[in-house]
Amino acid sequence: MKPSPFAYHRPHTVEEALSVLAEVSADGKVLAGGQSLVPLLSMRLAAPAHLVDINHIGGLDSIDVGNDVVRIGATVRHAQLEHHDAAARAIPLLRQTVTYIAHPTIRNRGTSLGSIVHADPSGELPAVLALLDGEVEVMSEGGGRRIAAADFFVGPLESALVPGELAVAASFRVPPPGSGSAWMEVARRHGDYALCGVGAVVTVDDDRRVTGARVGLISVGPGPVLVDLADAMAGQDADELAVADAAALVLTRIDAEDDIHASADYRRRLAAVLTERALRAAVRHRPGRAEAA
Amino acid sequence: MLGQPVQRSEDPRLLTGNGRYLDDLGQTAYAAAFLRSPHAHARLRSVDVTDALGVEGLIAIYTHEDLEGRAAEPLPMLIPHPSLSHGRTPHALASDEVNHVGEAIVMVVASDRYVAEDVVQRIVVEYEFQTPVVGVESARAAESLVHDDVPGNVAAHLLQETGDVDAAIDAAPHRLSLELSIERSASTPLEGKGVLARWDPDDRSLLVHTSTQTSTSVRQAIAAKLELPVDRVEVVTPDVGGGFGVKIVHPWPEEIMVPWAAIRLGHPVKWVEDRREHFISSAHERAQLHEVRVGFDDDGRLQGLSVRFWHDNGAYTPYGVIVPIITSTQLLGPYKPGPYRVEFWSLYTNTVLVTPYRGAGRPQGCFVMERTLDAIADELGMDRSVVRENNFIQPEEMPYDHGLLFQDGRPLIYDSGDFPATLAKLRKLVGWDDFEAYREQARTEGRTVGIGMGCYVEGTGVGPYEGGHLRVETDGTVVVSTGLTSQGQGHQTMLAQLVSDELGVPFDRIRVTTGDTRRFKYAVGTFASRTAVMSGNAVALTARKVRAKALRIAAQALEVDPDDLEIVAGMVRVKGAPAAEIDLGAVAVLSNPLRYAFDEAAARATQFVTPVDPDLPPVAAGEEPGLEGTAYYSPPRSTFANGMHAVVVETDPETAEISVLRYCVVHDCGTVINPMILEGQIHGGVAQGVGGALYERMVYDSSGQLLNASFMDFLMPYVTEVPRIEIDHLETPSPLNPLGVKGAGEAGVIPGSAAIAAAIEDAEGFRISAMPISPSELFDLRRGAAEGRVPWLRRRSAPAPGPGSSSTGDGS
Amino acid sequence: MSAPAVESVHDITLVVNGVPQQLTVPARRLLSDALRHELRLTGTHVGCEHGVCGACTVLIDGLPARSCLVFAVSVEGSSITTVEGCCESDGSMGRVQRAFQRCHALQCGFCTPGFITTITAYLRENPDPSDGEAREAIAGNLCRCTGYQNIVAAVLSAAQDPTP
Repeated sequence: MKPSPFAYHRPHTVEEALSVLAEVSADGKVLAGGQSLVPLLSMRLAAPAHLVDINHIGGLDSIDVGNDVVRIGATVRHAQLEHHDAAARAIPLLRQTVTYIAHPTIRNRGTSLGSIVHADPSGELPAVLALLDGEVEVMSEGGGRRIAAADFFVGPLESALVPGELAVAASFRVPPPGSGSAWMEVARRHGDYALCGVGAVVTVDDDRRVTGARVGLISVGPGPVLVDLADAMAGQDADELAVADAAALVLTRIDAEDDIHASADYRRRLAAVLTERALRAAVRHRPGRAEAA
Repeated sequence: MLGQPVQRSEDPRLLTGNGRYLDDLGQTAYAAAFLRSPHAHARLRSVDVTDALGVEGLIAIYTHEDLEGRAAEPLPMLIPHPSLSHGRTPHALASDEVNHVGEAIVMVVASDRYVAEDVVQRIVVEYEFQTPVVGVESARAAESLVHDDVPGNVAAHLLQETGDVDAAIDAAPHRLSLELSIERSASTPLEGKGVLARWDPDDRSLLVHTSTQTSTSVRQAIAAKLELPVDRVEVVTPDVGGGFGVKIVHPWPEEIMVPWAAIRLGHPVKWVEDRREHFISSAHERAQLHEVRVGFDDDGRLQGLSVRFWHDNGAYTPYGVIVPIITSTQLLGPYKPGPYRVEFWSLYTNTVLVTPYRGAGRPQGCFVMERTLDAIADELGMDRSVVRENNFIQPEEMPYDHGLLFQDGRPLIYDSGDFPATLAKLRKLVGWDDFEAYREQARTEGRTVGIGMGCYVEGTGVGPYEGGHLRVETDGTVVVSTGLTSQGQGHQTMLAQLVSDELGVPFDRIRVTTGDTRRFKYAVGTFASRTAVMSGNAVALTARKVRAKALRIAAQALEVDPDDLEIVAGMVRVKGAPAAEIDLGAVAVLSNPLRYAFDEAAARATQFVTPVDPDLPPVAAGEEPGLEGTAYYSPPRSTFANGMHAVVVETDPETAEISVLRYCVVHDCGTVINPMILEGQIHGGVAQGVGGALYERMVYDSSGQLLNASFMDFLMPYVTEVPRIEIDHLETPSPLNPLGVKGAGEAGVIPGSAAIAAAIEDAEGFRISAMPISPSELFDLRRGAAEGRVPWLRRRSAPAPGPGSSSTGDGS
Repeated sequence: MSAPAVESVHDITLVVNGVPQQLTVPARRLLSDALRHELRLTGTHVGCEHGVCGACTVLIDGLPARSCLVFAVSVEGSSITTVEGCCESDGSMGRVQRAFQRCHALQCGFCTPGFITTITAYLRENPDPSDGEAREAIAGNLCRCTGYQNIVAAVLSAAQDPTP
């Protein structure tokens, strides 16, 4: 299984990269971590005439932790994000989720932004981006734009990027104070794509009342499914959560399908169960309760 | 060294990156790739290579039209059988039709594999689609045919029967019927197949390296197909990255085409299979559908057993019906079935061919028998281990003749085994009798657990023979060879241990070669757990032969009686007077009287130096020069190993995820040569058993496309999916061979699905009749049981009826 | 079919097991193939070419990576360590390899190089793993022969080996 021939480009600056991308347009693909792209090339499911390797562009590998936002550059590896303590303190959901992505060896090369751009309905980070009202910064020779998570995932394996564009950073919004989060998924084997995965962020006030709750689900729709549960759960006592209604609401929002690993019905069962479990775990992980995530 | 956990001599080079696997060889060879059918069933209309010809690096393109003589004929039917009335084999390159996705149509040779794949992509084949037949039920219904001239898609039909089964079942106090099924899996070694061929035009000889389990047979097949004298063809098995049965099939199309191309091009040619190719063009196994009817008494003793089954043999039958024959006979396990009838139909489907995968039909047979016994136990409200006990063949009944023919064409006679003792050890190891207390404790914690067991018997060491050759060199090195092959089983270590003991030489002076026809020409191959029995005994006998010769020669030199001599650490010496000694290397010198000295050792053997009896020839009548010997072991029949596994599982009440909490094995393979290597074999087999029960299944869609032809979607277990394995041993030596050994290679995998199905059934309380099982499938079964579609066990009460569910749900 | 895409060919330098190596490769040459064929370091094995089995795992700048998912041209300038580089300087077995032999953690040896590199890197970061951590460390590599029991034991045994 060897890739078809291609011309290889190694820009050293973003400007160079944009120039090449403008030239090769739809005949080119960006090579970042390669963990999703290279198997496709080797299986000859894709055969771009040009590959633009962004791994040698300086300045794209930083993780910036601010008060409101954690911003990652295009060549930040999953492993880097996973081990970044400041990012984990600001947004625990990042580390909670990244540990579920494949295996450590894959995480050493795979990039978090690459994973977002790949837009796999079973990819964890698209759901996290959606959950945290994130956005992607995109540049092209013609200029730049920011695309909100809600607009970024167009369909299975299809992002809002158009040929010639390069995603250079993604930002995740820090959840409000008093928030706890969790990620849960069920896969066939450890490290496999999830049959269903749920990320939850629950915000609790000083009186232990839930003020916000949302979940993001993967593998049960053409892209990540974001469900705001604030109305369903607001006012609940965080230590005595009633989650059945939340799970029922989630079931009305997902579009599960049969495949060789699981039936649609089973995925729906997982969506309900994991929603309940993730919500309960999220409140246990909130600051003050300080249960190890 | 017998019975010692000797560290392997293979390891240092394998660990340091110095293995010599097929693709490590022939670095300058041309690379081959194949255009393989993307369709499951089609006639070939045309092959257009126009667009491919301009690719730089292309060397040649071949189709069936380029083949002549025997090479153009179908590949051989390796194991004919009277029941195989409609056997079919493929051509090396498809001639006018293809019968499975992956069948080879065009061969491309190029400067490297990347280029070869570029060329393949540019070749356009025109197909005329035929209706594909996929799955046992479809094949059986035969609305379409795989081969036009094979009615009903039936390759073979075989009935074996002892006694009047129907009468016995009807007369029995109780009766049950069951329908059971197992799905396809595959050997899936980490290294695929590969062939490297070099033709020497000066010598007019062919040297082939192939990642195989049988060099000697591949050699014969290549010589026959390429119409070369056998002595002009040599086949060498390099280091092999796993076989597990798939590499016993031969000749693969590529094993013919690669040498054929090498001869034609006058240049070495190499083909290395990639992962997708392995999925769609090697072999699978396991898919069978069974119907059982059994009669039994109040103690659960079998009164009569009738089994009918349908076996999916894929598109072709080069390996005959060995797998279903093994199922038919090994299904009996350690039990006395009473009158027994087994009838199978081996059916064609438009899918990859089916040939042995570790276990080779035994896992299916074991699954059927063990599920049947569990059903009997449930019907009678008896402990499942007691029902088994009641049916065991007792040690004093050995040898036990079942009155059937086994896969080696010989009577199915169990020679030895102590099944009650094996069971006692298993009960103790897993805590069988304490399980209800554990289950209750788990229930209070909100956890669902279950326990199950599976028992099997394995006929090992099938013939016809294996051989060994041993030569002591003049420097004291001992060079050993046997004709069968190695794929990681530590044969070199194991055989060296035997030689060390038999000959009395240090382990690290012994070099063992396997699978090289230049070194040993008569052999069968590595399969059916036979190496320790066959080559082990052959090499031991060889070493004894050479030892006797060494003592004869040394006795003359030392002027003593051979009976007064012993060999210790490579020195032949007088017992009780160790100062009188001669090293084996010197004996080797003496064994070969020479005219010419080419080194110091040789000089000692030349005619003017050695002592001479002028009345006797230098090489006595009946003797041969050299301290070497050859011996063969040919068994009267297979020797029977046995084992029993017990499994504890936990199922998640909400997500139906299945975890194996404990996996216990009690195993009896007779005399143990290297307990460390033996345990490794069991570990690997158990992992494949767990994989086959919970994760691995080949998924074909109705058009014959293999939907999971990659490691992403064919779920081989990682470490996280394999439980810790607990092992206890028993040794009932085989009375059939000098060493008392029985085979062990397949043992670990045989009862996996049986034991795990039993444990899940025990946890859930309803019948499990089909394997493998995934959480999604268990979830579906739970609903089926709640709705009355899946039968509940008698020993578990059904849950209280809820709104919309059926009332009691017991029985079927 | 359209004309074949123009393929770029590159002269690159890879530092492999401490030694700079010059090679000329097409852009699409996978690192696994460049190591095995251009550099004749055949210790790294290829089991699937889609990143799942781990037999091809090497260290890139000290971190385990699937060499079948990397183009050789893309890692020019990086330091690559293969199983051959996990030996002692005299070519004898290193700590992890010795543990593998002691524990019978290999049978056919085909998956083994990927485990050796992975575990070598792991023990540098986690010199004293628990049983559970040892299992997690090797959870991304497939083995068909050993059933993993002895590989886990080898991780723990290597960790106990006082010689580096």
